[in-house]
Amino acid sequence: MDIELMINSFPKLLNATLITLKLLSLSLFFGLFIGLGFAILRLSKNTFINKFAYCYSYIFRGTPLLVQIFIIYFGLGQIEYLRSTVLWIVLKEPYWCAIIAFALNTGAYTSEILRSAFQTIKPGLIEAGKSLGLSSKIIFYKIQIPIAIRQSLPAYGNEIILMLKGTSLASTVTLMDLTGVAKYIISTTFKPIEVFIVAGSIYLFMTFLIHNLIKFLEKKYGFQT
Amino acid sequence: MELLSFGKTGWGDELFYATLMTLAVSITAMLIGFFFALIFTPLKLSKYKVLNFIGNFYTTVIRGVPELLVIYLFFFGGSGAIMFVASMFGYYEYIEINAFITGSFAIGIISGAYSTEVFRGAIQSIDKGQFEASKVLGIKKHVQFFKVILPQMLRLAIPNLSNVWQITLKDTSLISVTGLVEIMRQSYIAAGSTRDPLFFYSFAAVLYLLLTYLSMKLINRLEIKYSRGF
Repeated sequence: MDIELMINSFPKLLNATLITLKLLSLSLFFGLFIGLGFAILRLSKNTFINKFAYCYSYIFRGTPLLVQIFIIYFGLGQIEYLRSTVLWIVLKEPYWCAIIAFALNTGAYTSEILRSAFQTIKPGLIEAGKSLGLSSKIIFYKIQIPIAIRQSLPAYGNEIILMLKGTSLASTVTLMDLTGVAKYIISTTFKPIEVFIVAGSIYLFMTFLIHNLIKFLEKKYGFQT
Repeated sequence: MELLSFGKTGWGDELFYATLMTLAVSITAMLIGFFFALIFTPLKLSKYKVLNFIGNFYTTVIRGVPELLVIYLFFFGGSGAIMFVASMFGYYEYIEINAFITGSFAIGIISGAYSTEVFRGAIQSIDKGQFEASKVLGIKKHVQFFKVILPQMLRLAIPNLSNVWQITLKDTSLISVTGLVEIMRQSYIAAGSTRDPLFFYSFAAVLYLLLTYLSMKLINRLEIKYSRGF
């Protein structure tokens, strides 16, 4: 055990944790909107729209995240046309490519979570809203969405933790996040166990915080059915 | 399409073998995972706090740490650990372990943590009366497990195990960082030499989709088989 290395690498790893957290929060933020959008499309009665949303979530949940990042980072740069558009400013940065890939990925999972939450809302609640003369817009925003969010909290908490682990793949496209820096230290010092313990503890600490935050939210906003 | 032809000019045969490699690693990892689950599930269900702690420690740490970090630990630390053990027996030469073994072991440990949780949940959801009834009938402990508990457990565990299989299959793409030539690595090589990453990575995505689709079909059949009578 090289305690000195562990102490020395700790500030470097902690610095890299900031990038991990940035990646996580941005991709969750965009992913939530994508997920909500596709969940609504999934509930549509139009078969074409419905199938489209289903294919999206099937493809993104059926392929590894690594493939998705590589397609976006290495693959899209190959299209000459894209290079001349405004999009290229975003797509040439590995940072934004990673965020796009993560957001699309977590969006697919989130849409599944929200869809099942929407489907388990008791029809009586919507009927009650209708009989009170509320417009369908108000029923959607004031009844369906709040209930769906509450119901999907535990599953969404799991998704956040999965996404936290997913951000480690950013290190494959040259980003120096927590895993990237850990790998760099391992490959220069050849002390994998020590670095693993430090980096692993940071990850575990973050999972622990997320887990407890979700538990707290569940308690606060949860309701007995 | 020329790029995918079999033979010396195309990448078809290479990608075909790479797909077989992905399958081989996934199956090996899944089996190693079952082995770990076999050890850790009883620990998690044990009455003793110490054993409980060991079981919980394993599943929490592995499920809370990114897969890539675990793979790096095994990739960089694997041969060191083996050499350390060998040095105790007086063998000091450099030992390099095969990327297939390190890879499937790393993924196996990860998949084992998920399998452990699945088995624990399945055993816990079996009615207590089943244990008591078989005890009253004087059935021996191991017979009780294999003839009474296991068949009921499998029915409950198979849907969740199919999720674990999907996770394991997708995790094998991460072994490409160690240089094992599976789908991802082969696409990387092909993309590098043809300068056509978009095509090859998309094709890799299609291969993964095909694998997950076919395995889901197979598992659904198993599910029907084991839920007969319910």
